[in-house]
Amino acid sequence: MSKGQPISPALMANKRTGTSPAERRAAGEASGVVVPEVPGDQNVVEPVSMTGSQAVIRSLEELGVTDVFGLPGGAILPTYDPLLETETINHILVRHEQGAGHAAQGYALASGKVGVCIATSGPGATNLVTALADANMDSVPMVAITGQVASTLIGSDAFQEADIVGMTMPITKHSYLVTKSQDIPRVLAEAFHLAATGRPGPVLVDIAKDAQVGQMEFSWPPVLDLPGYRPVARGHSKQIREAARLMAQAQRPVLYVGGGTVKADAADSLLELATATGAPVVTTLTARGVFPDSHDQHLGMPGMHGTVPAVYAMQQADLLITLGARFDDRVTGVLSTFAPGAKVIHADVDPAEISKNRTADVPIVGDLASIIPELTEAFRAETEEAGTPDLSAWWRVLSGLRDSYPLGWTPTEDGLLAPQYVIQKLSELTGPDACYVAGVGQHQMWSAQFVKHERPRQWINSAGLGTMGFAVPAAMGAKVSQPDRVVWAIDGDGCFQMTNQELATCALNNIPIKVAVINNSSLGMVRQWQTLFYDGRYSHTHLNTGHDTVRIPDFVKLGDAYGCATFRCEREEDVEATIKAALEVNDRPVVIDFVVSADAMVWPMVPAGVSNDQIQIAHNMTPEWVGEDEGAGA
Amino acid sequence: MSRHTLSVLVEDKPGVLTRVAGLFARRAFNIDQLAVGNTEVPGLSRITVVVDADGEALEQVTKQLNKLIHVIKIVELAPETSVQREHIMIKVRADAATRLQVTQAADLFRASIVDVSTDSVVIEATGATEKLKALLDVLEPFGVREIVRAGTLALGRGPKSMSDRALRH
Repeated sequence: MSKGQPISPALMANKRTGTSPAERRAAGEASGVVVPEVPGDQNVVEPVSMTGSQAVIRSLEELGVTDVFGLPGGAILPTYDPLLETETINHILVRHEQGAGHAAQGYALASGKVGVCIATSGPGATNLVTALADANMDSVPMVAITGQVASTLIGSDAFQEADIVGMTMPITKHSYLVTKSQDIPRVLAEAFHLAATGRPGPVLVDIAKDAQVGQMEFSWPPVLDLPGYRPVARGHSKQIREAARLMAQAQRPVLYVGGGTVKADAADSLLELATATGAPVVTTLTARGVFPDSHDQHLGMPGMHGTVPAVYAMQQADLLITLGARFDDRVTGVLSTFAPGAKVIHADVDPAEISKNRTADVPIVGDLASIIPELTEAFRAETEEAGTPDLSAWWRVLSGLRDSYPLGWTPTEDGLLAPQYVIQKLSELTGPDACYVAGVGQHQMWSAQFVKHERPRQWINSAGLGTMGFAVPAAMGAKVSQPDRVVWAIDGDGCFQMTNQELATCALNNIPIKVAVINNSSLGMVRQWQTLFYDGRYSHTHLNTGHDTVRIPDFVKLGDAYGCATFRCEREEDVEATIKAALEVNDRPVVIDFVVSADAMVWPMVPAGVSNDQIQIAHNMTPEWVGEDEGAGA
Repeated sequence: MSRHTLSVLVEDKPGVLTRVAGLFARRAFNIDQLAVGNTEVPGLSRITVVVDADGEALEQVTKQLNKLIHVIKIVELAPETSVQREHIMIKVRADAATRLQVTQAADLFRASIVDVSTDSVVIEATGATEKLKALLDVLEPFGVREIVRAGTLALGRGPKSMSDRALRH
């Protein structure tokens, strides 16, 4: 239960005199923990007098921040003033604070850098709550800076006062209330360090107005004081050897790859591990792209809407090599029936994920960036004499399933566009260098399935929290961080109506994202469940935006009003030309209204509350487990 | 479910108790007892939490607690290797007729009378949960008017110091 060896600059100040940052880092690496370090270039700035708000902007500059998303208001006004003078920070004025939050997420997910958003107190801050919760679920590094009423007024129910630190405690990695100007540089440096290291996550910095206004002595770099924060960097070598031993014996291994591998930038080493072991790979919703879809060992996405071979492989596996994944219920189905015959190797930077849902036989805590190459090396050493295990029987079964049950769809019965076709074409014509950002629902699952995911950070979505309305602002953030890439927001008509006001931000700030609205005129995923589990009783899922409706709103007119290039596409023969035309537009955002069938459903599907063995490839159709006996390897 | 005593060494920062208590609530744990106070190290506080939990759930909540930035170290104190004491004050009905019996009962438990009025006494007692329960049972027939108790305090036996070990490196 011990937290190991604490490293506290404040408490150890006397011992540290004379040691350089590099020496400290080396000492920390030797002991296997991440040493607190001020992010950025660590320029030395001699003490200079300034206001707290100037210190906020100066600290962001020193931290290397180049883009922030925000919206001013009373309690953050002092900080907005010096923003006028900065030469290195590009502030993008959003239309709603939730948009700033998701933009910061999209920025972070596309680039790996910490995303930053700014809002005022009270409603400004509470509008960030959804984005913070989303970032917390998906481990997105971001820092949210909020204004707070003056410290003398805190607790008095002052105008636009909200206890945002209290409200966000369960949904942030950490949060600060700053009431002294002098604390600003240290707190911001700590916030960026916390957001980016260990298991990344959102950090909130709430700054009282009087702290922004007050005078302070700014110097850089500040001394971080985080005695209780010691994320483990290196995996335990004994555990890695034990994992390699299991991998060398496994007859039916599966590499169960989660979003942690993207966060660790471990795509290259993952490819090497997969090649060395020859094991099949499944990539979860947050990990799509970290292992190329085109690779022969890739079985696709596991879980509720996973591929048949991916789901089957996990159910029949004798070893799950779990890398940065967390046995989410959407992956496991009913937990007690998930992968019943598998031993579990679980590598994750967050010790709390190990054995949280599924007990790990071999837990490895640490940074996947070092663990994965060490696993490969240990596996090679382990198999040097006896050779790698023969997986040909396992692959015969899996290849058979892959051939028998490829992803696909049936033509629509109402003659309207098949949404899957639209998304597949979009991916084909745009390619893997683009970013694909989705909202939540059917269009998200189809995008996860039918976009060809070939590189990490190509795919951005709201997985854990499932936040409708994520796509447009997140795509905006992604485009700001990746101006040279095409950025598609693949959105639903329900999602799009939640956050499309950021099209104004995109149009005015030259952020030419492309929005493909997969318009089935309904809250499609909810409708699918109503079709399947509520006898087709469509309670409040019809949105009147699509074919044969009043079209309120009309997405073409809406896009037009926001200064976007707009298209409506209703026939299969127009899809390709429409996408090509959209790809030609680079001087403003694009909105395409793809009018699709409302009856298209996401398949395969594991109904909620049952074992993954009950996967259906279409309504009430389960696959035949061809060669099951052989696959079970009895 | 079984009873566990956790000692949580934390930075003495605003909101730290909310963070710790909130985490227990979020994970559906009932905190039986809670005691907080500063320690021999300036800037560090120590929270003693008594919870009912099974092993796996306790391990999960401990890991989650460890993720709180202000938490420095967590130790589970087993009854055999630690001293655990509760503190209680009991207001008991006691008039001229019963006062002597009540004070004798208090004496038997090495409890002190800290307030006397014509109709009542306040008894202060320290000890293990079982001892305090026995004291309450004995006082019950006289009429217990009010009870106030503080959370268990617990300290590992022997020369080792939790904060010293946490901060040594």
